Amino acid sequence: MSAETDPSPPLLAARALTFTRNDAPVFGPLDFAVAAGEALLVQGDNGAGKTSLLRVLAGLLHADSGEIQFDGKRARPDLRARVIAYLGHLPALKADLGTLENLHFLCGLQGRRVRQLPGNALAVVGLAGYEDTLARHLSAGQKKRLSLARLWLAPAPLWLLDEPYANLDLEGINLVNRMISAHLRDGGAALVTTHGAYAAPPVQTRMLLLERRA
Amino acid sequence: MSTPTLLQAAKALLARDLRLLWRRRGDALQPALFALLVVLLFALALGGEPRALASVAPAVLWVAVLLAGLLSLDTLFRGDAEDGSLEQWILAPVPLAWLVAVRVFSHWLATGMPLILAVPLLGELLYLPHAQLPVLLASLALGTPLLSLLGAVVAALTVGMRRSGILVAMLALPLFVPVLIFGAGSVARSAQGQDPVGALLLLAAGLVLALVLAPLAAAAAIRIALN
Repeated sequence: MSAETDPSPPLLAARALTFTRNDAPVFGPLDFAVAAGEALLVQGDNGAGKTSLLRVLAGLLHADSGEIQFDGKRARPDLRARVIAYLGHLPALKADLGTLENLHFLCGLQGRRVRQLPGNALAVVGLAGYEDTLARHLSAGQKKRLSLARLWLAPAPLWLLDEPYANLDLEGINLVNRMISAHLRDGGAALVTTHGAYAAPPVQTRMLLLERRA
Repeated sequence: MSTPTLLQAAKALLARDLRLLWRRRGDALQPALFALLVVLLFALALGGEPRALASVAPAVLWVAVLLAGLLSLDTLFRGDAEDGSLEQWILAPVPLAWLVAVRVFSHWLATGMPLILAVPLLGELLYLPHAQLPVLLASLALGTPLLSLLGAVVAALTVGMRRSGILVAMLALPLFVPVLIFGAGSVARSAQGQDPVGALLLLAAGLVLALVLAPLAAAAAIRIALN
């Protein structure tokens, strides 16, 4: 094989990525890469296309043009599912199930890191003692923490976090930063959207600034 | 364990669905109660004359089962679409069509199977001749999963809409009509002393076809609806 290949291709690379909704451009063309151990902070005002960008990367929306690569390979659904863990605005929790039951199901669906147990993850995110509480009785911040526990258990190396700081108290914001730091130390990577009102994770970050189209 | 196998994912989803069903068991009884209501109203409206009732019993039971299934269609994916679970289904390392198939199975367990179990009792209300009961049960056992599978495609197509109650019925009914014709028809033929196997085989063929194609179609529709 004589083709020039990067010795270690970035975990995520986007080339000339554009997305339009109803013929109105939302973002792009964007070129960026995120390597293992790196966090990319996606900043922009409300409506700048941060959520759309994350949904395109997660495969929930189709890009109009451009290419997405994971580990140097073209994004295909099965590869994407192994690489990505997505934390969106919707928590994917069932109101009539307990916190631990919700976690068990999501682990069954998406896999679980070796040597990580749902019960421990609840303790990590500060929900110890709430194992049997129904999700409908949790506050918005506690639901966010439960989603973070799901993320903590996910085996995927690339975290796509859409406004992870929303609804969280100061200690919770700290928790997100600690989780991101630990994840990057383990060789993971993260894309974090924020509109800039919250603290950024204290790790090696790069910025991607999205501006709203007029 | 890192990535789940097909069976592990199916087990997790099925366990969750059944647990949720048990938590809301009052809601889960609705389709069966609805069918009971339809059958009772028919029995009262037709005046309780055994001969008249017996001649329409298979058709009434089939219509009651079909309408009860229609009633629960809209809930098939809606709850999971609204709380973001469907997004996580799409992102899971198992095919979306497989998860859809598992969901249809749990939906059938919750709606179709209780109805089949109730049919011998409902049949008594309508003076259904005992000789027709096996054929009726066979046609329902083949027909109700087929209805669930066809309904799943329609439910997936409309999951992106906020309210779709009547639209689901309008889209699903044309698909349900052939199932009704062959299902009720098989019992009618056996009542006339003819062989019902032909109609049952057609139902079985439809079921096999839908088992393969409906989850794929519903999965594609969900992807479009969430886009």
